[in-house]
Amino acid sequence: MSAPGRICLRAAMKCQKCERPATFHITELEGGKHTELHLCEEHARQYLTQGEGEPGAAPTIAGALAQQLAVGQTAEELARLDQRSCPVCGITFYEFRNQGRLGCPHDYVAFEKELEPLIANIHGETTHKGKKPKRGAGGTQQRTELIRMRREMKESIQQENYERAKELRDEIKRVEEAKE
Amino acid sequence: MNAPERNNVELNDLTNTTGEWLRGNGPQADIVMSTRIRLARNLAEFPFISRASDQDRADIEKLLRDRVLRIQEASGELLYVNVSDLDRLDRQFLVERQLISREHAEAQGARGVVIDSGERISLMINEEDHLRIQCMHSGLDVQGAWEQIDRIDDLISEQVNYAFHPRLGYLTACPTNVGTGVRVSVLMHLPALVLTRQLDKVFRSLQKISLAVRGLYGEGSQAMGDFYQISNQQTLGRSEKELVDQVTDVVPALIHYEREARDFLIKESQQTLHDQVSRAYGILRTAQTISSEETMHLLSKVRMGINLGLIADLPMLTLNELFIRTQPAHLQKISGVELNTADRNIERARFLRRYLNREEDGNGGKN
Repeated sequence: MSAPGRICLRAAMKCQKCERPATFHITELEGGKHTELHLCEEHARQYLTQGEGEPGAAPTIAGALAQQLAVGQTAEELARLDQRSCPVCGITFYEFRNQGRLGCPHDYVAFEKELEPLIANIHGETTHKGKKPKRGAGGTQQRTELIRMRREMKESIQQENYERAKELRDEIKRVEEAKE
Repeated sequence: MNAPERNNVELNDLTNTTGEWLRGNGPQADIVMSTRIRLARNLAEFPFISRASDQDRADIEKLLRDRVLRIQEASGELLYVNVSDLDRLDRQFLVERQLISREHAEAQGARGVVIDSGERISLMINEEDHLRIQCMHSGLDVQGAWEQIDRIDDLISEQVNYAFHPRLGYLTACPTNVGTGVRVSVLMHLPALVLTRQLDKVFRSLQKISLAVRGLYGEGSQAMGDFYQISNQQTLGRSEKELVDQVTDVVPALIHYEREARDFLIKESQQTLHDQVSRAYGILRTAQTISSEETMHLLSKVRMGINLGLIADLPMLTLNELFIRTQPAHLQKISGVELNTADRNIERARFLRRYLNREEDGNGGKN
């Protein structure tokens, strides 16, 4: 019942099962051991969907991504998609696919179109039903601005743009205090 | 600040207790060990863990630690354990008690867990999500566990800003948890279904209604000692109540199948079964070296033997305690020294002999 750990796209390697180029590089993590697999699109699809008939297999990001491939996205389309990034945390879709984890709450907005089929695949639904938080249920969008500003501040310091970093620090402080 | 030392002292106290999930005194406890519910929550103003800087993680840890410790929870005094300060053995000890996950134990950077003295609740800070709230009740008590965790979640949500999307619900680092962020999970002991080879059939029917089956320590872990966790996969598009009800509705049927399989074994092959159970008990009481896996396997047989009245001289609580006390980190903490695998197996056998032969003679624990 092993779940494929990560998938990512790389170039110039042959598929382990045929002569075609390997466009999928899968790292299996099992019992702390890494096993690498290099497969073409077709064999990757076969490999990633093979566990689906198993009893009790939990849904995985890799499995859902493979399903997405199975319903018609080509490796080229995915490669284009991979370059898109979130304006708030900076994560690319490629990085998300690589690690199976999103970078910040805003990714659900930034990658809405890309995530929608994935979410539908995993849950069979796309709309939340159930409880809401006691406070701030609608304020997530504004608060993610803090994530972006902190990132920009860090980058400004790295670029030795201390003027901008100071502006951002004051702005962050102002937003944080207004929020309390 | 001497918080880490204080943590260690209080952690050592836990070696003498069983923990809620192994107490074995809730409804249907002969088959259902425990019920666990967890909620995945994140703060709106921080990146998810994979994208968080060291400073972010430290800020998240500080904020959540402060806010979570403000809540008043009926089931006991809250204790904060700074997981990043613990050594490998203590982290493994918390994993064995199901108070933190393996991922949390092995992660890097600022992180911690808030637990109550009754070990019914644990709140992991900086796991895969900023906050993982978990409630564990002995036996089958999905409703009770839900009511408790719902209350805790409400109390925390008055203190912090959860990341929430009007259409997608609670936002989580992995899209498999988005929506309610809830995982309802029931830990079942199903030795008779294993023996009668009916487990695959049962699991297949569970998968059709999108319930997952995992081993004792969650995702990817082996089904040790015939223990299986049944849990929901879907977290979006169904309310918490619907997800709770789904598990509540299906577990009685599984209990029924397991009881039928036990009746069948008693009726059709009582002598063989009695022999297997007695041999298992015999090995546990006399072995000179024994692995953790073999111990779990044999304890599982003995546990079924007690439930079927084939072993009369061993209380269930003692047996349940052995499931946890013979695990690697527990064994080392109890014996007070770090041991390699071979020495652990010798120490485990010694521990079992002392424990089980004491129960029989009633001579107060000295061998």
